[in-house]
Amino acid sequence: MKKPAEFYQRDLGRHPPAYAPIYKTSVARSPQYPLISLQNSASEITGPVFGHNDIDPIDNDLILNYAQPGEMPIGERIILHGRVLDENARPVPNTLVEIWQANAGGRYRHKKDTYLAPIDPNFGGCGRTMTDEDGYYYFRTVKPGAYPWRNFVNSWRPAHIHVSVFGTGFAQRLISQIYFECDPLIQTCPMVKSIPDAGAVDALIAKLDLNATIPLDSIAYKFDIVLRGRRSTLFENRLEGN
Amino acid sequence: MPQQLNYLRETPSQTAGPYVHIGLAPGSAGFDIYREELGHDIAGPNAKGERIRVEGLVIDGTGSPIKDVLLETWQANADGIYAHPEHPGAVEDGFRGWGRVITDFNTGEWGFDTVKPGAVMGRNGQMMAPHINLWIVARGINIGLNTRIYFSDEETANTADPVMNIIEWEHRRQTLIARRSEPDGKAVYRFDVQIQGQNETVFFDI
Ligand SMILES: [Fe+3]
Repeated sequence: MKKPAEFYQRDLGRHPPAYAPIYKTSVARSPQYPLISLQNSASEITGPVFGHNDIDPIDNDLILNYAQPGEMPIGERIILHGRVLDENARPVPNTLVEIWQANAGGRYRHKKDTYLAPIDPNFGGCGRTMTDEDGYYYFRTVKPGAYPWRNFVNSWRPAHIHVSVFGTGFAQRLISQIYFECDPLIQTCPMVKSIPDAGAVDALIAKLDLNATIPLDSIAYKFDIVLRGRRSTLFENRLEGN
Repeated sequence: MPQQLNYLRETPSQTAGPYVHIGLAPGSAGFDIYREELGHDIAGPNAKGERIRVEGLVIDGTGSPIKDVLLETWQANADGIYAHPEHPGAVEDGFRGWGRVITDFNTGEWGFDTVKPGAVMGRNGQMMAPHINLWIVARGINIGLNTRIYFSDEETANTADPVMNIIEWEHRRQTLIARRSEPDGKAVYRFDVQIQGQNETVFFDI
């Protein structure tokens, strides 16, 4: 019987702490007691499995997946692509990647968003896809706009796309945000500044990828997502799981 | 990290934000876009075991329900088997064991229907009491919070559970136990999550 392998310990110094007072909402939504460290069991090593039956091919095309026939959303047409890898640099194939974002004016199609920028009738703002055998994913969308939010009186979110990834075990579950290279608002953002490690912030910035652009059509940004790696297990005197 | 090796490093987490529903539950954000949203049906029609409902609130450090939470659940079937290729054993056709629920925007109440999971083999051959793994994200939560839902009618198994027993403060173990009631003959478990404060729910670094 194959023994499933545990995940490497999460390096919490790379993630924003639960309590990050410059991001004010975190103050009352952060546990005060330390997390209880739990060695992985089947409950953490396993996780949900999705198939191509769960989604439709058009789900990864935010330019078309909510547009009226013959119409398109307004904004800078972009490709967002990259790979989902683990910390051992191995691709994570057939895993679900979901994104959501504001439209080109910085407005979300959400009943709770009241920003005065208009809703785009041809833009839903969400997409999903499965990585292929090489861990590769691909979305087509429009570049989201910056938007103001109530943190300090004059706080603006840098342009960003929210991303959710599964991996193969529930302990790999991750939600993050993708920023865009050379956006001056990144350095001012309390959510970004909550991350203690400058290298970790850089890992959240999608890089311009001219080679992946479609000439006369769409510009491209590349963003690789890294999930926790799995440890080798010593089982019957041989390493398994790696 | 002191090591000089060429490991990649995990992508940092960022909050799911106030509009997480657009991405993961767009119908609740106010628009239909996908043929089918994921995570509504946890157990499927063929699952063995007792049909149950689990419901509760997620409460912040000021005592207020959080109304923009998204929760994901991960559980074994009634035989204690996860629907995953690395867990030996078979599950019923249609059983995925994973669910996604959001709170009511006005009250903060959430709830999901499933089957009660069985005990699962843990580390070193020790059985874990029946439980549902829970992952909580929301605006203001910088990295998803992991906890477990155990069941009040499994007292013997809970007492022997190896995860419960690593929690040094015995009274805090109670924060992981959902309380059973049977209104109209249907099993309903109540599980309120306290994010912060004296009765804070136990969260795990998994
Ligand atoms: Fe956002």
